[in-house]
Amino acid sequence: MSMRAPLAQVRGHGSAKSGAHHWWAQRLSAIALVPLLLWFIASLISVATADYATAMEWVRSPYNSALLILLLGALFYHAQLGMQVVLEDYISTPWLQVTSIVLVRFLALLLAIVAIVAVLRIALGG
Amino acid sequence: MAEFRLPKNSVVQKGKTFQAPEGAKNTKRFLIYRWDPSTGENPRTDTYELDLDSCGPMVLDAVLKIKNEVDPTLSFRRSCREGVCGSCAMNIDGTNTLACTKAISDIKGDVKIYPLPHMPVIKDLVPDLTNFYAQYAAIKPWMWTQSTPPPDRERLQSKEDRAKLDGLYECILCASCSTSCPSYWWNGDRYLGPAALLQAYRWIADSRDESTGERLDELEDPFRLFRCHTIMNCTNTCPKGLNPGKAIGEIKRMIAMRAL
Repeated sequence: MSMRAPLAQVRGHGSAKSGAHHWWAQRLSAIALVPLLLWFIASLISVATADYATAMEWVRSPYNSALLILLLGALFYHAQLGMQVVLEDYISTPWLQVTSIVLVRFLALLLAIVAIVAVLRIALGG
Repeated sequence: MAEFRLPKNSVVQKGKTFQAPEGAKNTKRFLIYRWDPSTGENPRTDTYELDLDSCGPMVLDAVLKIKNEVDPTLSFRRSCREGVCGSCAMNIDGTNTLACTKAISDIKGDVKIYPLPHMPVIKDLVPDLTNFYAQYAAIKPWMWTQSTPPPDRERLQSKEDRAKLDGLYECILCASCSTSCPSYWWNGDRYLGPAALLQAYRWIADSRDESTGERLDELEDPFRLFRCHTIMNCTNTCPKGLNPGKAIGEIKRMIAMRAL
């Protein structure tokens, strides 16, 4: 049982004075993903049925590789922001919460870089 | 992890049944959550059959009738019996609302009454609202000015500016909204909850208050404010028809815009 005053408990360590950035980042990445995903799905319909050489040629085109990199960046960034909120909501054990958020961030960064490098290799590789 | 299951000693069991008096024609069953900390027993739901022909129209009338005529051990809070004090907020028929303004005739089948969800229970329908009230105190619910007051008159407010407080000042702090919010259930120790945030916005929106920046500083926090995920249970359940979800959205908008 805590003898601490309820007001002290609620005031806690004070306001973190952050959250606006996260709010903007989540919304901007969501807005960016709408046209990017529509473009990606529309492109896949034609590219997925084409042969290997045509698909490589499609990725190699500057606009397509740029948009693909934007899509991958926005996707993993948005996923990581959303996962952080979910983990903060549902994991109340502090060490487990921090550990899982850090792991998700590393994983998102790793996957994003692997995917972007793959696009670059096709785009730049002879 | 967030707990999705009740702890063993909180599992609700079937309780006693109190039959309606003989000759009652218009009966209705009231299933009420009971828990007494002094017995060490699990909570239970007792069933009370009431004769509605000798009972007032509201759920609070029925609960009072049970207390007065059937089972004096039932504990609950009530005061004004007309929806302005906020004492008798409880979970009735699956929704948090005021027992005094909820008509029995609006409820199909048995009337199930539980205390406000996810709060520590003191006894029966009486939740412990200590944290809830401390959160209200934490948002500084008073006019916070920087200038000295005019010596010869009050701080004036135009009719238009006063109208901006409509839909905010009516909040009676019954805690129906906050205790209906999943975010508040999982993180009520750090998330201020819809009631305290609506009250915070009530002072942000007040033209006479001179500390909007300080108030926004205090609220800008991933938990205090941004734990709201716009689930809107708060607005759905408010027995006064207010819109805490909109007030929280306004605070978020102001904080987002000043960061741009």
